[in-house]
Amino acid sequence: MKIQKPIEPFFWLTFVCSSVVVAFILLPLIQMIVQPSFQDLKETLQDPDVRRSIWLSVYTSGLAAFISFTIGTPFAYLLARKDFLGKRFVESIIDLPIMIPHPVVGIAILGIAGKNHWLGHLMHQVGIHVMGTVTGIVAVLTFVGLPFYVNTVKAGFEAIPVRLENVSRSLGASLTSTFLRVTFPLAWRSILVGIIMCCARAISEFGAVIIVAYHPMIAPVMIYERFTAYGLKYSQPVAVWLILVCLVLFLLLRIFSLPKENQT
Amino acid sequence: MIEIEGLRIELSGFALQDIDLSIKDGEFFTLLGPTGAGKTLMLEAIAGVVPITSGRIRIKERDITALPPEQRGIGIVYQDYALFPHLSVLANVTYGLSYQRTDPQASRKWVEWLMERLGLQPLAHCSISYLSGGEKQRVALARALAVNPSVLLLDEPLSALDPNFREEIRDVLKKLHKEVGITFLMVSHDFAEVLFLGQRTAILNRGKIEQTGLVSEVFQRPATPFVAEFVGMKNVFPATFRDTKAVVDDLELYLQSPPEKDKRYVAIRAEDIVISKEKVSGNGINVFQGKVLELTDRGIYHEVAVRTGNVIFRAILTRGALFEMKLPEGKDVHIAIRSSAIHVF
Repeated sequence: MKIQKPIEPFFWLTFVCSSVVVAFILLPLIQMIVQPSFQDLKETLQDPDVRRSIWLSVYTSGLAAFISFTIGTPFAYLLARKDFLGKRFVESIIDLPIMIPHPVVGIAILGIAGKNHWLGHLMHQVGIHVMGTVTGIVAVLTFVGLPFYVNTVKAGFEAIPVRLENVSRSLGASLTSTFLRVTFPLAWRSILVGIIMCCARAISEFGAVIIVAYHPMIAPVMIYERFTAYGLKYSQPVAVWLILVCLVLFLLLRIFSLPKENQT
Repeated sequence: MIEIEGLRIELSGFALQDIDLSIKDGEFFTLLGPTGAGKTLMLEAIAGVVPITSGRIRIKERDITALPPEQRGIGIVYQDYALFPHLSVLANVTYGLSYQRTDPQASRKWVEWLMERLGLQPLAHCSISYLSGGEKQRVALARALAVNPSVLLLDEPLSALDPNFREEIRDVLKKLHKEVGITFLMVSHDFAEVLFLGQRTAILNRGKIEQTGLVSEVFQRPATPFVAEFVGMKNVFPATFRDTKAVVDDLELYLQSPPEKDKRYVAIRAEDIVISKEKVSGNGINVFQGKVLELTDRGIYHEVAVRTGNVIFRAILTRGALFEMKLPEGKDVHIAIRSSAIHVF
């Protein structure tokens, strides 16, 4: 026979709060997904502009994540392994893009991309344009996504005992070789999670993008435009498709990154 | 030969200083000290994974102080094994072979011998997570020895093991050392381990070496009060000396011979103090009367604290002896100490 323990009031409090949180997140999303008719969804997807904007959203976020991976991985490793003067300062710089209001990010990037700034001037000379281009979108998305990548991967590197690297070096492997043969294979799961985090942050960016590049239109900008021009009914199907595409992509990544049974 | 000269490592709140050490080729040298003495730090400095503040390290006359770890030819085995969790047993053991400039055929033979010798052959394709502690430590040993290092550093290799595995690995270490002829430098905090394994030892305390010498010598003739207590001398007293007498507080102890100058302590092992009900007498025996202060059960023996004047001696008695003597706390007893059992330093 099971022994019934009295349930404490605190348990009820946690239960009620959890239900409120879950409902608060799910209700609007479910409402939005079930509202458009199947016909609406089908027609929306047949619109080449919609397909183009969703594809643009996906691949600019992917590019932002790829850039974060390339330059963020060695940086995260440095932060995880080395102590240096001003490390705290550098770590807070990394967190800045999380705190800055999104339009400010856009304005800041335009500030250095303009011809008045030496960097902008230089970029113009080699033919790199930021205002109203895919390059601009990718730059903004990388700016906002990078902190999520670096922080996630840094935590991943920190979880790997430094002794494993010491042993590898004592066996004759150089620092590079050690990174490739020991650290990276052990950290790849957190690297993948970092990529997902970075992508997720990038694909949801709106405020900074409309300042730097209203056109070409990424999906959030298109949803916003349809909402202001035609109302809720026209913006919802695009939003549903964006959510579905993201969901599928992130699910796939999650499945690939699930731990295998024999590796824990 | 490993020569360490004036090694100094400064970390926030801790410093390893004035480390001078010379270890012979093929020796089983142990570095002994309590937790926090700086033993692991010293090993990691020799391995090159911890930056040093000053000093020189030479191996076989080659100055390795400025070399990166991968060029030092020093193997390291950690207490927690530090095996690569994503590789199989065999892949762990052969990890370093690709960096070797030796004949691949010979390397393969050597690895085969090591796997065989350490009983790892049946486990070759196992994942690390399925191994027991003893098996993991054998893999770590094989991996370090596979690249034929000139020195093998062992960081408390027995501490994390269950008692039955501990004996097994201890025996493996002793035999393997004889067979491979590589210099072993082992860190430990357990003197019993060192008595069994080590040839020479250095006692490290708070970042400094207190004494270096043969294990038996350190055991018999500790040079500082710390070492004396560390090797299990229960009775260590500051003393002044007059002719062949040592004066400890209000007691006079007769020594075998007049001590050399600059001696400041006497130490007596608990097992060298004899407790009796009747007064014993004889040549070269110090006899005092005292009171039993405290009896402490230590499992297979009892520790007896006897107060004589202001001095408290600690002796040991077997269960049987204690039962026969019927010694309650507070009872008057006699203690006898052979003058040859009094160590002066």
